[in-house]
Amino acid sequence: MNKLNPKKLMMAAVVATICATGAYLIAADHADAPAVTGKTSDITDVYAFQSPTTASNMVLVVNIQGLLAPSATAAAKFDPETMVEINIDNSTVKDNIEDLVIQTTFENGKVQVYGPAKPIQTGLKSTLINASTKVEGAITAYGAASPSIAESNGIKVFAGPRDDPFFFDLTQFKKILATTATGFNNPGTDTFAGTNVMSIVIELPKSVLGTGSVNIWATTNRKM
Amino acid sequence: MKNSLKVLSLVAIAGLAILSSCSKSEDAALPTVVYQQEDQMARPAINTVFITTGDKDAFNLTIPSAGVATWGTKFNSRLLALNANYTTNLLGLSSTAFTGILAADVLTVSLTGPTTFYDGVPANTLTGRKLADDVITVELILIFGGPTNVLNPTLTDDHVDANDKAFLTTFPYLAAPF
Repeated sequence: MNKLNPKKLMMAAVVATICATGAYLIAADHADAPAVTGKTSDITDVYAFQSPTTASNMVLVVNIQGLLAPSATAAAKFDPETMVEINIDNSTVKDNIEDLVIQTTFENGKVQVYGPAKPIQTGLKSTLINASTKVEGAITAYGAASPSIAESNGIKVFAGPRDDPFFFDLTQFKKILATTATGFNNPGTDTFAGTNVMSIVIELPKSVLGTGSVNIWATTNRKM
Repeated sequence: MKNSLKVLSLVAIAGLAILSSCSKSEDAALPTVVYQQEDQMARPAINTVFITTGDKDAFNLTIPSAGVATWGTKFNSRLLALNANYTTNLLGLSSTAFTGILAADVLTVSLTGPTTFYDGVPANTLTGRKLADDVITVELILIFGGPTNVLNPTLTDDHVDANDKAFLTTFPYLAAPF
């Protein structure tokens, strides 16, 4: 049993407070809420970064369906009923209302990316842009020797299983919340090591997104 | 006036119907497909950290422009529940300022410079999110570390600093699956 000292007491108080709130942390956004957990619409992470190969390009990543064991990955599928939307607010004064959307669908065994284009409606419902101009390509299969990349109008698209890029010692964090530990270990253990996600990766010219900075968020949306 | 507008619009609709039947021999118009939102996400771990159990589905159905009004107060209570001794954080943000930013769940992305969640350079903070960004440690620091990141040292770093597989240098950048 540890001897009590002021620092440890303070830590215990912090931990006790965490526990009293009754919260548990799953991951970045993996299995974040009951209505989406285990479904094809569960977003795990969103990334946006300048292209490492072309400084004038932006890379947007939306990962869904997290914590896939390798043995479960071949069977994981994108859902034709689920559309993944990247919302972009490029107003000078940000109002967090989408001025542009990029919509990804998975019809006929392929991936389609529409936009960026002005949304037909904003808010909780989304209407498919359904323009004739889209980027369409093959969905990369699990175990493929190389990724399938579709490209049109300067927009590159990948869709398929990838290693989950997220890392976190979730197991130890759960122990902290359960007061069976008072802090993280050093080194920690990546709970997401060896697990996969279904990824959508889109690289496109920054110039089509706006100027200065933009606010973005991802949504998954079920066909009504 | 209202009635005549109604009649006019009926005529217009009838006209459209006739037009559309005329064009059937040409390419069929693409059908209108409407979707309903199920999940949303921008910054990492916001729903999981700041939303308590009963609100998790509701948060996913809140548009970001309504985030501060809907969730601001709850986010602030939650932060103070996680860390009752919170004063400010490494970004100098009070609890209301910090949670006021987080409750509108969007990721600000710079189109002109570095893009990172946090890379140690204050000016680059929240300019995007790279694959390699240690976002959980950053959030732990901002929640538990206090104004100079010396408080609660065993809670401010999970000591998992990188992914388990190297990222690719070319598109699609994410590593092949296991």
